[in-house]
Amino acid sequence: MKHVGFKGVLRRSSMCVAALSMVALGVASAPIGAGASGLTAPTAGMKPQTSIGKGEGKLNLIAWSGYAQPQWVKPFQTATGCMVHAQYANTSGEMVSLMANGGGGQYDLVSASGDADLRLIYGGDVKPVNMSLIPSWSEFRPFLKAPSFNTIKGVHFGVSLQFGPNVLLYSTKVFKTPPASWGVIYSKKYSGKITVPNNPIQIADAALYLETAKPSLGITDPYELTQTQFNATVALLEQQKPLIKAYWNAASEEINLFNSKTVVAGAAWPYQTNTLKGDKAAVADEIPKEGATGWADTWMLATKAPDPNCAYMWMKWVSTPRVQAEQAISFGETPANSLACPIMNSLSAGSCAGYHADKPDAYFKSIKFWKTPLSTCDNGKQDCVPYSEWTNAWTQITG
Amino acid sequence: MRHSRLSRFGLWLWVAAVLFFLFAPILTIVIFGFDKSNIETWPIQHWTLTWYSVAWHDPQVRSAFILSIKAAVVATILALLLGTLAAFGVHKARFFGRDSISLLLILPLALPGIITGVALHSAFQWAGISLSIWTIIIGHTTFCIVVIYNNVIARLRRTSNTLLEASADLGASTFQTFRLVTLPTIATALVSGALLAFALSFDEVIVTTFTAGAQNTLPIWILGAIRLGQQLPEVNVVVTMVVVLMFIPILIATRLTGSENITGRVSTGRRANR
Amino acid sequence: MTTSVDDTTKSGGPRALHSSALARSRWRTAFLLSPPLLWFLVIYISSLVLMLITSFWSVNSFTGEIQHQFTGANFAQITSGAYVSIIERTVLLAALVTITDAIVAFPFAYVMARVATRRTQRILLGAVLLPLWASYLAKVFAWISILEKGGALNWTFAKLGLPAPNLGFTNGAMWIAFCYIWLPYMIVPIYGALEKIPTSLLDASADLGGSSWSTFRRVILPLALPGLLAGSIFTFSLTLGDYVTPLLIGGSNSTLIGNAIYDNLLTGGNLPLAAALSTIPIAVMIIYLAVARRLGAFEAL
Repeated sequence: MKHVGFKGVLRRSSMCVAALSMVALGVASAPIGAGASGLTAPTAGMKPQTSIGKGEGKLNLIAWSGYAQPQWVKPFQTATGCMVHAQYANTSGEMVSLMANGGGGQYDLVSASGDADLRLIYGGDVKPVNMSLIPSWSEFRPFLKAPSFNTIKGVHFGVSLQFGPNVLLYSTKVFKTPPASWGVIYSKKYSGKITVPNNPIQIADAALYLETAKPSLGITDPYELTQTQFNATVALLEQQKPLIKAYWNAASEEINLFNSKTVVAGAAWPYQTNTLKGDKAAVADEIPKEGATGWADTWMLATKAPDPNCAYMWMKWVSTPRVQAEQAISFGETPANSLACPIMNSLSAGSCAGYHADKPDAYFKSIKFWKTPLSTCDNGKQDCVPYSEWTNAWTQITG
Repeated sequence: MRHSRLSRFGLWLWVAAVLFFLFAPILTIVIFGFDKSNIETWPIQHWTLTWYSVAWHDPQVRSAFILSIKAAVVATILALLLGTLAAFGVHKARFFGRDSISLLLILPLALPGIITGVALHSAFQWAGISLSIWTIIIGHTTFCIVVIYNNVIARLRRTSNTLLEASADLGASTFQTFRLVTLPTIATALVSGALLAFALSFDEVIVTTFTAGAQNTLPIWILGAIRLGQQLPEVNVVVTMVVVLMFIPILIATRLTGSENITGRVSTGRRANR
Repeated sequence: MTTSVDDTTKSGGPRALHSSALARSRWRTAFLLSPPLLWFLVIYISSLVLMLITSFWSVNSFTGEIQHQFTGANFAQITSGAYVSIIERTVLLAALVTITDAIVAFPFAYVMARVATRRTQRILLGAVLLPLWASYLAKVFAWISILEKGGALNWTFAKLGLPAPNLGFTNGAMWIAFCYIWLPYMIVPIYGALEKIPTSLLDASADLGGSSWSTFRRVILPLALPGLLAGSIFTFSLTLGDYVTPLLIGGSNSTLIGNAIYDNLLTGGNLPLAAALSTIPIAVMIIYLAVARRLGAFEAL
């Protein structure tokens, strides 16, 4: 190792500081690029490819754990020759951060949830997808073909994958009749026996409740809240704080809480319900009268994806009814493809109903799917509270 | 130093209690690997061996494990080299800002791993370095150095310089002095430091998430499995198998550290050589 | 053994030897320090300095872009509201874990270093190191199942006729989990320090009439201080930066600094606020090391 000398080291390091500052700041914060009027997606103008070429031999995914199971990865690899390398991310925030700078030429696809999609789109980290290359897309449920969390002005930035509602899970021993309203998780009656997810997007659930409980606030979209509406929602959540036993971070945590009878009501996914029921726990879930929020995952294509052909092949593959059914049962969610239901039942009897995949589209109208709260509101004014404020408020509430 | 019978009894009781504290959760992990149910409640209702078969045949576990071992071995070796160099440098030198080096070296441990992870991720992107096992190793070495540095410098501070001066007086070259006098002095600090560093690297999850690229180390797989929550006993089985696997290397390593004469007559300069 | 080369200044030989030895040692120091320093400066410190600079900037809440204008707003924010209790909670917890681990580890390390036979010493060391290989995540998870309502601890207390402690998902659970996980990192350095105490010192102290207790207080404890310091640095700093344990085993009042940084950085995309928060662990460690230096734990003896 050449002897460099202290001064030389200092000079080198200050150059590095200057250079790093240019990149690292932009990279680590994933800003939402703004035009003079409203927001524009930086990559919206990029024309997607018109055909799928030869596979590049590999595919790099950022996925939720359970989204790249051997059950459907192995046949894919055999058929296309694209070797799948999947890295598991644990939160939407991690996904956004890993995908910074268009995936950095490192990653091809990311299975982003609705709370991250718009951050990725407006950060220029994902690019438009050509839906004509995904034949199964025509079989998707209408509300997932071009949902507002992954389609901007008709430009598709990804392929919807699977979804699930955020239901009210409750102990049937404590609630002899199903609770009529979300109000039970804000009620002092069950103090210390409530659990909700530890996620800033949970603010939207409180806003959804207030939409019905306090119509004077005028909330129409729980993800687009003016400062007044936001403050009222935060106040509700601060009232709720002393009633919460724990904010759950993983499904297994919530299952533990219910199974040990530490909590009696909370916000959950049908997966928790079905797992608890499978272990003979006395629980049930429902969507109360105010409706519910829901999450939906999208496979998004990185702007600098090194293997775009393999990426398209993957998106094609996981959209087919068979793989949709396999994944729905494996992970515990609802498929986007409307033809998956009978296959689900053939693989696991009753699973279609268990994940509400047999419900008509009208049922899902009452679900307000996650999308990143932005400062632009539908009314054209720029006075909605953005997600960074949501995060800060959530830290204040739960801290 | 003589101890009264009462204090000996008290001390050994303490040791037993600490050992129980250390191993009760490990026992819990092992036991729940035999639990048929995915929900871990006590006491266990149904026992089964299927999870062992599942874990053994799981290709994701295998590749994650191998990646973790490779990264930890290389990171530990690098940390040994760099951490020892740093410890000697700081110990010998008398320059302004010496103590701030100690602070700088401790930062990777003190700061939340997320900071190190994102900082490294940005740095690699800017430098155009693609994420691979080497970026994992770089990330891990960053905090493994601290472990080695701490151990070695604590040992150096307790070692008298007269031995080294005597060795130089007697005409030994720097390398000879290092090999015959210095190295034996710090050997046990190196071995125990290496074990701690290896464990830190093997177990690290957040910095690795940002430096791994599209692959999973064992902790990333475990965190994903906990998040997925569908085969929790498989996680317990995997951890059990790792602990059993590490039993032999630890046995060997402790043999290496047990060479010191515990009555250590250091001041007379006589070393109990093996 | 105390006469050194310095004393022979009369003839030119040894003195010249000595000053060239000094010069060589300066080069040697630089050589010894440069690879690790380069590593740190280039890769790590520059990125850190960068982050610290951004703590004085802010994020435009509409566009999410960073405004390169100096502002103290972030620091005002983290010294008010819930952030104050988050910081207090983290520092308090780190201190509590350090003290607990020091107390638990010391007698154990003492037995290992000075009471046990060589064979037992090796067995005990192996026993301390073995739990490190069980994944941190699995260990915390095990504590959940031990401490929760239907878990082993409640069950044992019930069998003994005692009221259930119900420690699951509380700050107490976090304290136990942290103490448990960092314990080997405290035991090993203390053991290392105690092992090197020459028996002759202890014999001398006894000869001079010191009781066991005063030998402990005046000879053993000061000599073990560097080891205690090394161990406490681990427990303190690792707790300061941790965010996983609160997620798994914490209750509704368990947010630590690490969680706040993670949320603001990754979920909120607010790098300046996260950077401002990360100055807290740095500041705490600076104070900690300064106090340790004052206590003489850095001195070579």
